Amino acid sequence: MILVGELAGLPPGESARVHGEVPIAVFNVDGELYAIDDTCSHQDASLSDGWLEGCAVECPLHAACFDLRTGQPSGPPAKKPVRTHAVSIEEGLIYVYESTRVATGGAVAEEVG
Amino acid sequence: MEHITVVGASLAGMATVRALRAQEVEGRITLVGDERHEPYDRPPLSKEFLAGTVTEDDIRLTDADDAELDVEWAIGQAASSLDTADRAVVLADGTRINTDAVVLATGARARRLPGSTLQGVHTLRTLDDARALRSELVAGARLVVIGAGFIGAEIASTAIGLGCEVDIVEAAAVPLQRALGDDMGAVCGRLHTRYGARLHPGTGLAELIGKPRVTAVRLTDGRELPADVVVVGIGAQPNTEWLAGSGLEVDDGVRTDGHGRTSIPEIVAVGDCAHSYRDYTAGPLRLEHWTNALQQPAAAVAALLGREHSAPAHHAVPYFWSDQYGHKIQFAGHRAADCAVQIEEGDPDSGAFLALYLAPDGQPVGVLAIDRPRAFGQWRRKLAQRL
Repeated sequence: MILVGELAGLPPGESARVHGEVPIAVFNVDGELYAIDDTCSHQDASLSDGWLEGCAVECPLHAACFDLRTGQPSGPPAKKPVRTHAVSIEEGLIYVYESTRVATGGAVAEEVG
Repeated sequence: MEHITVVGASLAGMATVRALRAQEVEGRITLVGDERHEPYDRPPLSKEFLAGTVTEDDIRLTDADDAELDVEWAIGQAASSLDTADRAVVLADGTRINTDAVVLATGARARRLPGSTLQGVHTLRTLDDARALRSELVAGARLVVIGAGFIGAEIASTAIGLGCEVDIVEAAAVPLQRALGDDMGAVCGRLHTRYGARLHPGTGLAELIGKPRVTAVRLTDGRELPADVVVVGIGAQPNTEWLAGSGLEVDDGVRTDGHGRTSIPEIVAVGDCAHSYRDYTAGPLRLEHWTNALQQPAAAVAALLGREHSAPAHHAVPYFWSDQYGHKIQFAGHRAADCAVQIEEGDPDSGAFLALYLAPDGQPVGVLAIDRPRAFGQWRRKLAQRL
């Protein structure tokens, strides 16, 4: 469990970056919180610096778009998804529960841990 | 349309094929490419691929799912002419591909120096170029880069990381002058000096010395720089010679309207080879930007099929990036000669910053950022609002 900070410090439309095993980006979309791996699966870029459009974030460098709910890219240049992570709010504080990486025959599956 | 032929199998060609299938074209698609490799992404060739941190597999533009695109590949073959009367693409080996429509996506090639080439002298555009250069950029090698444009600058940056000695020769007084102007060009030029490359502005190449292998570069100011490896980064030119006699209007690229339509029906042009009308500048521009090659095809395919196409407004704002010495340089919009520069955030002398280019009426028309991707993304969208 990773403490992100106060909910009041992450208003709608804003994002934060926290460090789990890898950097994680946390977004506030109209009051709903989402967390995904921060590093774009296409090339090295920080998705927390990206542009929020509904439930998607556009990578700030090469315009790959990811669905914050599933981590799936909407199309090229990204081909691989990013991991999603569970988020909770307790007493005004935001926490992220980092998903664990499970390697299965070259593909990376995920489970919430 | 029963059969559409896409000529050019790089980013714009692949994006065209994807757009055709996404827009529910069910007929045959033939993809012609003159390189013997399957489509790959070029930006890493001067960066991560040259540095050896990513592999050929990492930069492929296709994956296993792309079998669904059902493409007939004709790679390793250059197109040699376009028979517009008979609707055929003719390949170098004489094969005629009869087709209902043609998408021109032949890109550009590195401009070369005239005369004979010495060993150790490179250009960088293709995967084969990058492999050849990579094998020579060993620690301690003395590299001279001719031209401090984006390709030259990125190669210099990568070479510094590989432990090479790097000299950069730039004919203009300031690097990147045309794209960024004097002040911001100078800011980018200082990156070289800060990270240990030597920048020699305001001097040109007089002669490459050595035989059969280059050993030095003589400059127009008389100096001589020792060299084990030379990279010539003096720009690119569109691959359009094969279209001579086709009836297409060719003038620094294939002239098109804002939708990629050429002067001949059922022929569109996209990517680096297209000299297209741009809403953003209200005039024609040939762009060699990766993002243009990725995004222009969807609009051109819609035009070919006679359909409406709507793209996010900021796609109309020309955009490019460059990675140098661990810094992200991003530019969007278009700089005119009469633009003034205004620093909006940060400080160019100390590192991260964002600068606006203002037209004489005070309107921002361009944005440059170093290591400010978030604010940059916001400004890029604001620039789209003036359309």
